Amino acid sequence: MSDPVQISVRNLSVYYGKQHVLRGITLDIPSRHVLGIIGPAGSGKTAFLRTLNRLNDLNPDSRMEGKILMGETEITHSDCDVVSLRKRVGMVFALPVPLPLSIYDNLAYGPRLSGIRKRFQLDEIVERSLKAAVLWEEVKDRLQTSAFRLSGGQQQRLCLARVLAMEPEVVLLDEPCSGLDPISTARIEEALMTLKATHTIVLVTNNTKQAARVADTTAFFLMGELIEVGPTSRLFVAPTDSRTNEYISGRFG
Amino acid sequence: MRVPPKVTQAIAVALFGGATVLTLAVLVFVIVFVLGKGLPVVSLDFLLQSPREMGKAGGIFPTLVGTFLLPLVAVAIAFPLGVGTSVYLTEYTVESRMTGVIRFGTDCLAGIPSIIFGLFGYIFFVEILQMGWCILSGGLTLAIMVLPTIIRTSEEAIKAVPTSYREVSFSLGATRWETVLKVVLPTALPGIVTGVMLSIGRSIGETAAVIFTAGASLRLPDSLFDSVRTMAVHFYILAREGISIENAYGTAAILIIAVLLVNAVSYGLMNRFIARRTK
Repeated sequence: MSDPVQISVRNLSVYYGKQHVLRGITLDIPSRHVLGIIGPAGSGKTAFLRTLNRLNDLNPDSRMEGKILMGETEITHSDCDVVSLRKRVGMVFALPVPLPLSIYDNLAYGPRLSGIRKRFQLDEIVERSLKAAVLWEEVKDRLQTSAFRLSGGQQQRLCLARVLAMEPEVVLLDEPCSGLDPISTARIEEALMTLKATHTIVLVTNNTKQAARVADTTAFFLMGELIEVGPTSRLFVAPTDSRTNEYISGRFG
Repeated sequence: MRVPPKVTQAIAVALFGGATVLTLAVLVFVIVFVLGKGLPVVSLDFLLQSPREMGKAGGIFPTLVGTFLLPLVAVAIAFPLGVGTSVYLTEYTVESRMTGVIRFGTDCLAGIPSIIFGLFGYIFFVEILQMGWCILSGGLTLAIMVLPTIIRTSEEAIKAVPTSYREVSFSLGATRWETVLKVVLPTALPGIVTGVMLSIGRSIGETAAVIFTAGASLRLPDSLFDSVRTMAVHFYILAREGISIENAYGTAAILIIAVLLVNAVSYGLMNRFIARRTK
């Protein structure tokens, strides 16, 4: 597995059509680190995440200003190879989206795109990724059944495993537990705690408690602006901005 | 005065139920009538022998071959073109005035009477390109005729594929082409097959476009450049020229059975495909 990288975001703005969804974000994410992003709906958390793997490109109305460096690569540059960028930066979406394939083929989707064809290699990747996502024990006997047959919590872990199968350096998670029960949430968090030893993780969450549990650093977004970022232990105890304080103490959002 | 809900409910059931029953009754009547008149003529000899005396006696074997070949050629040409166009319209362009014009064009094309296609095919393929009356001329003409159906049904099927599937595929490092090939098209396949099925059905039953372009030869074709007669054309000629009403109904019965078979087989294949992907 290649070394995870540091991400530097400099004065990043994103527009969807006329809408200004991110306003001058500047932020560093150290490697092997979990950055939690909290903030109310519409604060630009997801838009930010989608700049990190250039998924905003799919929306023809979106426009981006500023600069993001991932290691040495300027990923916001128009010459950036988006396809290989996305192989380095995996993403788990808010709702679990298994592709209409078997569990095995879902896992093998990314590796096959990278040209891995040999059965024994794929077998090994599938097993390792499922174990890392704490799903292996539940599905090892039915890898050839449809991924749709899994429960919601299992599907989301499948999506995490599918990302890990690509051996990405960075893992983006967009409210991965918003539709899950507490036990499935605990499983995902368990997987994240192990993963951060080897990956850089950006976790967008609606659940401030989850950020407090998992994130090393937490950032608070509001109306497209980065209000405050700091070590989780400090941010939740002594926020410097009154708006952060109001949000985490549950007065709005 | 208000009508009590129970009464309006009863009227609604009677109206809609009646419409359904009437529709089904007409359909069943047509099929039973044609099969009843036609099936007594049908025998193995009828299916496997060549016609004699212009179809007054003998079988319909060459027209079976023609009915099989023409739609095959038509779909073989229209399928890649149509699916390609719909993939282009849905995946490779953004909605614009241009795509609107293309869509409007295909819709207009779909509304043109088949005899116009026949005339066009006659002038363009048969006369200008000097291809003569042959399977290829007919197949090309039918292909143009069914293209709008294939384009629009495929487009709807592709649009119905959830955007989230594409996002997942892209986020896993797939190119657009890989996403189309591995996720979009397999998921849209049942809808695409429906369009192809409709197209085959239309081609099998077509007379006007075929008689001008593929001719009406009763000989077995040796190549794509030979003229053929389809069952629909055979039926038309037998009935129109009063050659043999019995054999006309026999041909019609086989035609109906052929269309039903095509539908049944494609539904079966499609269901097996869906079952395999979601078992």
